[in-house]
Amino acid sequence: MKMNIGYFPGCTLKATALNFEKSALEVAKILGFQLEELSQWHCCGTVPSLSQDDLLKQISPVRNLIYAQSLGYNKIVTLCSMCYNTLAQSNLFVKENKEKLRKINQFMSEMPDYDGGVEVKHFLSFLKEQITLEKIRESVKTSLSGIKIACYYGCLLLRPKIIGIDDSEQPKILEELMQVLGAEPVYFPYKTECCGAYHTVIKPDIVARRVYRILENAKENKAQIVITSCPLCHFNLTKRQEEIKKIYPDFKGIPVVYFTEIMLQALGENFKCV
Amino acid sequence: MRIGVFVCHCGRNIAGIVDVKTVVDEIAKLKDVVFCTDYIYLCSEPGQKTIQEKIKELNLTHIIVAACSPSLHGITFSRAVEAAGVNPYLFEMVNIREQCSWVHSHNPELATKKAISLIKASLAKLRYSQPLTPIKVPLIQKVLVIGGGIAGIRVALDIAQAGFEVCLVEKSPSLGGRMAQLSETFPTLDCSSCILTPLMVEVARHKKIHLFTYAEVKKVEGIIGNFKVTIEKKPRYVIPEKCTGCGDCVDVCPVVVPNEFDQGLGARKAIYVPFPQAVPLVYTIDFENCLNTEKLIICEQCFKICGPKAIDFLMRPEEIQIEVGAIVVATGYELLPLEALKEYGAGEYEDVITSLDFERLISASGPTGGILRRPSDGRIPKSVVFIQCAGSRSPEQGRPYCSKICCMYTAKHALIYKHLVPDGEVYVFYIDIRAAGKRYEEFVQRVMGDGVLYLRGKVSKVFRHNEKMVVLGVDTLSGKTVEVETDLVVLAPAIIPSKGAQELAKMLKIPVDEFGFFSEIHPKLRPVETTSPGIYLAGAAQSPKDISETVAQASAAASKVLSLLSQKEATLEPIVAYVDKEICKGCGLCRRVCPFKAITIVREDKKRYAKVEPAICQGCGCCMAICEENAINVAGFTYQQLSAQVRALLEDKYEVSKKTAEFRKI
Ligand SMILES: Cc1cc2nc3c(=O)[nH]c(=O)nc-3n(C[C@H](O)[C@H](O)[C@H](O)COP(=O)(O)OP(=O)(O)OC[C@H]3O[C@@H](n4cnc5c(N)ncnc54)[C@H](O)[C@@H]3O)c2cc1C
Ligand code: SF4
Ligand code: SF4
Repeated sequence: MKMNIGYFPGCTLKATALNFEKSALEVAKILGFQLEELSQWHCCGTVPSLSQDDLLKQISPVRNLIYAQSLGYNKIVTLCSMCYNTLAQSNLFVKENKEKLRKINQFMSEMPDYDGGVEVKHFLSFLKEQITLEKIRESVKTSLSGIKIACYYGCLLLRPKIIGIDDSEQPKILEELMQVLGAEPVYFPYKTECCGAYHTVIKPDIVARRVYRILENAKENKAQIVITSCPLCHFNLTKRQEEIKKIYPDFKGIPVVYFTEIMLQALGENFKCV
Repeated sequence: MRIGVFVCHCGRNIAGIVDVKTVVDEIAKLKDVVFCTDYIYLCSEPGQKTIQEKIKELNLTHIIVAACSPSLHGITFSRAVEAAGVNPYLFEMVNIREQCSWVHSHNPELATKKAISLIKASLAKLRYSQPLTPIKVPLIQKVLVIGGGIAGIRVALDIAQAGFEVCLVEKSPSLGGRMAQLSETFPTLDCSSCILTPLMVEVARHKKIHLFTYAEVKKVEGIIGNFKVTIEKKPRYVIPEKCTGCGDCVDVCPVVVPNEFDQGLGARKAIYVPFPQAVPLVYTIDFENCLNTEKLIICEQCFKICGPKAIDFLMRPEEIQIEVGAIVVATGYELLPLEALKEYGAGEYEDVITSLDFERLISASGPTGGILRRPSDGRIPKSVVFIQCAGSRSPEQGRPYCSKICCMYTAKHALIYKHLVPDGEVYVFYIDIRAAGKRYEEFVQRVMGDGVLYLRGKVSKVFRHNEKMVVLGVDTLSGKTVEVETDLVVLAPAIIPSKGAQELAKMLKIPVDEFGFFSEIHPKLRPVETTSPGIYLAGAAQSPKDISETVAQASAAASKVLSLLSQKEATLEPIVAYVDKEICKGCGLCRRVCPFKAITIVREDKKRYAKVEPAICQGCGCCMAICEENAINVAGFTYQQLSAQVRALLEDKYEVSKKTAEFRKI
């Protein structure tokens, strides 16, 4: 099966989250499709698009969607939770507000008009819906049996509800995925607790305390690894472990990796992420 | 034509903005206006009297009242006018409050001008008005009550005690509704079944009440005074007349399933009564779970043991037709399903339960015999966290409304828990406490003083930690986040309309609000009537209500029904469509658009024309709008009247063209 899928990477995947992208591209290849990076893309628009009444802030995401549309894609896949959130929200916003879309198009008179026809998918839902968990199960080379994994979602994949890829309170898509790889997802009530997000910039101690509770909860439930799909969560969950040790000297670390890395370990050969 | 115009101040409501003196001066100048005056409160007794006196004194033939909304006081004034001898359909009410002083409060001049123009328009309409007489239809002296909870029971008893026949239809196997599930009731803490079961028995015994349990209304046709109703009796597979209620069958039935009456916390057999005090005390086989199917009989344990041979596996649904003059809807409520409340771990953890579950667990007749045990391991919880407003007052859940009863029953639960487990800890998370009712606040204060910790704030998450449940929330009074470890979490889920309410509303052609509760005509002035004449509302089917309120409203609905039944004929509004046979071509367009199916096409003297059944017509005007010949008109709102009104409105705005002026002469 040959399937080419438009892929929007976003900035972080080209910087701090290189291994996220690398592993995801590899996973796609093994599963028989290719993530084709859009030949043109820029900032997804990130946080500002959350304030929906400001049309200007929709321009960056919509412009990206126009690129995808001009390149002939009717579906694009993202890896970064933030990119997914921004693009999907913006997309929905212009689809539901024809008048606003008209204004945005008018503003970007040098670009072709966006017609609302591109679908924004996160890699996770793409895997589940398009590739199917069955197919993934069949592709497993090294079963992860015996590995206990805590699946951490953060917020951006699930909220607001209208673009959430799963139930915002009790999601299970990551767990389902881990199960088909043979791993054992652990009970993890903190899977949607906030990691502290941007507080990490000026108030790292807030983040450290929050992350401490999240990771402790994972460990208490016997997890050996925590997985996530958000580069910011990943940063907070890994880099802030140093801060945690300063506040809670007894704290012992736990590895945190992208879900694609763990997938590659199961699907690929001799790939070690931890 | 001698027209009298009365302009109301409504205190400062109108006169504070609209210059009523100018209005009176302007209107007094108009043709045929014999008298025009203003008055501070026209709706008051002396106000109405002024109108009546002037009618007599000046021999007025047509009346205009410019005041508030006709939906508020239209009836008040038309009654006053009628009492003074003027046909009420020669009376017009103009709304210069909502439409003038309120919307143009910043622009008194405009408000005044608009008031004048609106009065002029209704004057123009009035010129073409005809006196009308109400339509009388025969009234069947029998009533249908749908729903056998405390609301339906009260309505049925009130009506039957006044000597009229009632058919009470309840879809479950027994009367009682939710109230039968409750333990003690706030604020008096009297035992729920002690007050309810005697009433249930009374209903069953009453000569004037025909009780249809395990039955549903399938079809409703007709109008006030003469509804034709089809009721489907679901098969119980037990012949009610033969069953003695001995319960021998239960002992031998091999099938055990969760008991819905106990909220699934206890078990029952496939042949069962929902609870021991059920009325009627007739067993029912739930064929979904019975080992038998229509074609194949595998188990006959109950059949074999049943002494009076009451069991009949081949029983079929049965349809019954009844005719009634009025209908009362009392279908009650349900709780928001747990799946909608995932943030509280609802549906995820056994020890997160609903308030109704809790009622069953503390009820002496409940699955645990009144000893509070938590579902996961049967231990007696040493602490309980109650979470109020679970789904209520939550616009993001699509339920912005207050469910009204939860503050009170949560206080009751906390108190009963303290009685059952005196050294237990109780936390209540709330947004505000709403205890507006007789002795309600006192009740809550008593509970608060009883060592129950009330925390103002919302809960963000509930999860399990070893044997305990952990509740993460915030105390907005101290501004701190709180974390409570507890044995049991009890949610007060939003109250929602009962299943099937939407379909029932469609069948009865009555409106529901955006949340699915049945709507009354006017919350203050006509709180138990619906827009369909002859159909009334009672209890929590209309909105969340506690028992006292439900009973009060049920009696109100019953009294409305009784005042209807006290007449031999029902009186209908004469605002119905009529056909001008000369013009009508019998094309049938009107018949197609009539939403009430009031129109038929008849043939007479080689001519086809439309015929309206006035008792069915609701005067909606669809027919009038579609008729190309202008052959069909709604009395009181004829084409002539409406176009005169519109023309008068436009007159001030645009110069009337010659053509329109010509047309006016017609
Ligand atoms: C946990 C809890 C505790 C409470 N405690 C108290 C208390 O202490 N004090 C107090 O005053 N109030 C209390 N209440 C409120 C009380 O339950 C209601 O006020 C009362 O039950 C309303 O009565 P009802 O007849 O309107 O509705 P219901 O009791 O819901 O009865 C409706 C009936 O209609 C039937 N029905 C539904 N649809 C149809 C249909 N289509 N055809 C035929 N039949 C139908 C149902 O089967 C049911 O029998 C409590 C409520 C809850 C949830
Ligand atoms: S008639 Fe209407 S406007 Fe006048 S006083 Fe009464 S309420 Fe107010
Ligand atoms: S026939 Fe059905 S109800 Fe009767 S005993 Fe058997 S399973 Fe129970």
